[in-house]
Parts: sequence; C-alpha cells; structure tokens
Amino acid sequence: MSPYLFAYLGAAILVLSGLALTRKNPVHAVLYMIVMFFHLAVMYLGLGAEFLAAVQIIVYAGAILVLFLFVIMVLNIKEEMEAERFSVGWPFGIAISSGLFLLVILVTGNVVPGKQGAYTPAAVAAQTNTKLVGTLLYTQYVFPFEVASLILLVAVVGAIVLAKKKLK
Amino acid sequence: MDLLYNVFFRPQIFSPLVQVLIILLKALIVVGVLMLHVTYATYFERKSIGHMQVRLGPMRVGPHGLLQPIADFIKLFFKEDIIPANADKPIFFIAPAISIFAGMTAISVIPFFNGFVVANINIGLLFILAMSSLNAYGVVLAGWASNSKYSFLGGLRSSAQVISYEIAMGLSLVGVMMMAGSLNLSKIVQAQQRFPGGFFWPQALGFFVFMVAAFAETNRTPFDLPEAESELVAGYFTEYSGMRFALFYVAEYIGMIVMSLVGITCFLGGWNGPFAIPYVPFAWLFIKLYLFIFLFYWIRATLPRYRYDQLMTLGWKLLIPLALLNIIGTGLVKMLLH
Repeated sequence: MSPYLFAYLGAAILVLSGLALTRKNPVHAVLYMIVMFFHLAVMYLGLGAEFLAAVQIIVYAGAILVLFLFVIMVLNIKEEMEAERFSVGWPFGIAISSGLFLLVILVTGNVVPGKQGAYTPAAVAAQTNTKLVGTLLYTQYVFPFEVASLILLVAVVGAIVLAKKKLK
Repeated sequence: MDLLYNVFFRPQIFSPLVQVLIILLKALIVVGVLMLHVTYATYFERKSIGHMQVRLGPMRVGPHGLLQPIADFIKLFFKEDIIPANADKPIFFIAPAISIFAGMTAISVIPFFNGFVVANINIGLLFILAMSSLNAYGVVLAGWASNSKYSFLGGLRSSAQVISYEIAMGLSLVGVMMMAGSLNLSKIVQAQQRFPGGFFWPQALGFFVFMVAAFAETNRTPFDLPEAESELVAGYFTEYSGMRFALFYVAEYIGMIVMSLVGITCFLGGWNGPFAIPYVPFAWLFIKLYLFIFLFYWIRATLPRYRYDQLMTLGWKLLIPLALLNIIGTGLVKMLLH
C-alpha cells in the first residue's frame, strides 16, 4: 500500500471515529461509523486481504450497523440528544486508554520483524485470497473455527429463549 | 480497429494513466446504456401491465406513447423540490444518492460479454452482495430523515425485510460459488459453458431461492411492503418530490436490472447462448435481461402483496433452510464426482 494512501486512511479513520463518538444525534454517529468502516475496508484491500474487505462491508456495514440503526430509530431521539454525551467516569477512561497508547508507542521501537512465512503476497495472489482463507479455515484451523461457530450457536439459542413467550 | 480492440480487451499494454481513462470510458458506456434501459423499463412496465389489465397504457406522447418516459423526466426535473419542515436535511439529501450509488456501483463487476467488464475483480460476487446490502441504507435513512410516520414505517419494514432476505440470497449463491470454484463473475460464466443451460438445472433450487430473494431485495411485488400504497401512502419516499423522488425511482429500476444481471451471470450462462450471434457479443445477455425484467412485471400484475408475518416466515423458515439444503446437496454431489 502506498504510504500516502495509508496516511489518508489512518487520518480519516481517526477523525471519523472521533466524530462518531462526539455526535449528539445517534443516527449521525452511526453514519460516521459506516463511513469509517468503508475506510477500514479499503485499508484491508490495500493490504491484499480482499476477502476480509468484502466481509467487512457485508457483515459490519451491511448487517450489524443496519441493526444498530434499527434500534436507534425506535429510541426517542429528542430525549437522547438532551442526555449527557459522556458518563461521569470519562476522564478515568481516557487516562487508561492514553496509558495503553503510550505503552504501544514505547514498544514500537523494539519491534523485531518476523521471518517471512509461506504466504507471501505473490503466493496469496496466485491462489486468490478467498480460496486460501477458505482452505486454511477448513484444514489447519478447523478446530478454532468450529469452536467459534459453537459459541455463536449458543448465542442464537439464547436469543430464541429470550424471544419465546412461553417455554414448554 | 486494432486500437479499439486493444482499448477494450488488452488495456494492460497502455500506461497507467491511459488505463484509468479506459476504465472511465467503459464506465461511461455502461452508465449510458443503463440509464437508457432504466428510462424505457418504466415505459415497458406501464405498457405490459396495461395490456395485462386490458387497457392500452401510455398512448398520448409520441406514437404508442414512446416519448412518455422523456416527458415524465422533464416534468420531474422541473417540479418544485419540497422538504418537510423538521426533516434531517443532510440525511434527507444524501439518502437517494446512496440508493442510486449502491445500484450503479454493483453494475461495474458484471461482465457484458467475453472480456468487457468495468472492474474484473476476484471478489465480484461478494462485491455485489456488499453493494446490495448498502442499498438498504438509502431506504432506511430516507424513512427516518423525512420525519413522517408513513416514511418511517416504510423504512423500518424495509430494513427488516432486506436483512432477512440478504441471508437467503447470499446462501443461494454459495452453490454457484462451489460449482464454479471462483467468485469472479467472468470465471463463473466460463465455468457454465460445460453445462447446457448454465447452472440453471444443477442449481434449480438455488435459482428459485435467489429469485424470491431478489424480488424481496428490490422491494417489488409481492414483497413491496416498504412502499405499500394502501397503508403507507408511498412508504419511505412519501415526502420526496421532484428530482429526489426520481432518483429513488431510478434506483428501484437499477436494483431490478442488477438483480436480473446477477441471476443471468450466475445461473443462466451470462453472455453465452445456445448459438453465437455474429457481431453482437452481448445480444444473449440483453435478451435474457429483457425476459427477466418482463418476469418482474408479469409477477407484479399477477400476485397480491404478502402480509408482513408471511413475508418473515417465508424468508426465515422456508428460503434459508432450502438454501442450506442446496449447499449440502451441491457439496455431496461434488464429493461423489471427485
């Protein structure tokens, strides 16, 4: 990825996240988040992860944020807009997160780049990203994959139990 | 002639700047052809539904009303643009643009004939799913920003409907991905050459699920609940007028054309036909497209609207299990053959 593109995407993601946090109107906040997700998708594209980019848009922008909007629209927007934007403990939260950020900056000086593995950009391009992700997911990483789907299944069952009016 | 051939089929021999210009040129051609089709799709709809209901449809402007779409466009262009008093203005303005942008961007990955595609990308099919899910935002935001109860209910209905049917649509296309072994739409078309009639016969179940989901995604009858005129005036675009209304109208037709083109490329062999038509490589694609569009109108004239709970039951309890069954079946057959 060209450094200029990265600089633009990084800056835009930061600004958009800030805007999403500070908007009084929750619908506007969600909209800034959608635009932010699109920038993130372009970032994945630049790194050669095209499957991830598409999934980022389909799952996050296409499904999860529509559900967000759905819930927010049913809220009383006027009440929401008058409510205090941040809870009482916000300076505390900022202190913790800036501490973590400082830690990351301090550590970045000592990072040693790892050895190049089998999946170089050329090797990925030869097989296409999607095929490679699929193959690895169903061979080498099949156990973690199944565990993740089991966890999701538990969540689905939980949602059905909550939504069902009468349990026999 | 050689230059023209190189421009369209071997753009990689030019410098990067010229390549960008070539892509722009291709996009311009596609948008021009698309808009022409949208214009006359409205005429075609009014005429075919008119004749199905034993009336003539538009007859006054031009011979057999052929200039009617142009008259409609001029009228909409010069109409007063009314914005409701308490509407959320920026979102109200941007909503129709999102709808039309999502539809037009999806067209860019469709191959019109061998080698002619604006963006030949490896994740073509996923890209189309992403753009069609983006389409929901235009509708939902229009409904919310209008500050009107009818619009709002239309927007809510639409978001629930689109989320439900998107799953079925994505799953119905998995069978095609498995058989073609690729997400690139050009490669999917090429993979279908081995089968007479494309993936239509081996993927008949997937095609059925896809078609039903496509009707729901484009908010067409029998799933046009977001704009049910008898209960919601015009649903999410009740408060829109003039040009902005026209944008939504155009977006609906573009959505129909996109869904038809996806169906044709994934199930009916794309630009290939039973025999090659000389000099017009895109002829079969367009013939199939017109048949598909006619199917949309035919069903609109035939079926009544679903009730909302029936719509949800159909989507979750029938289409999704059917699509999953199709995936399992395709996988088993593939395993047995290898």
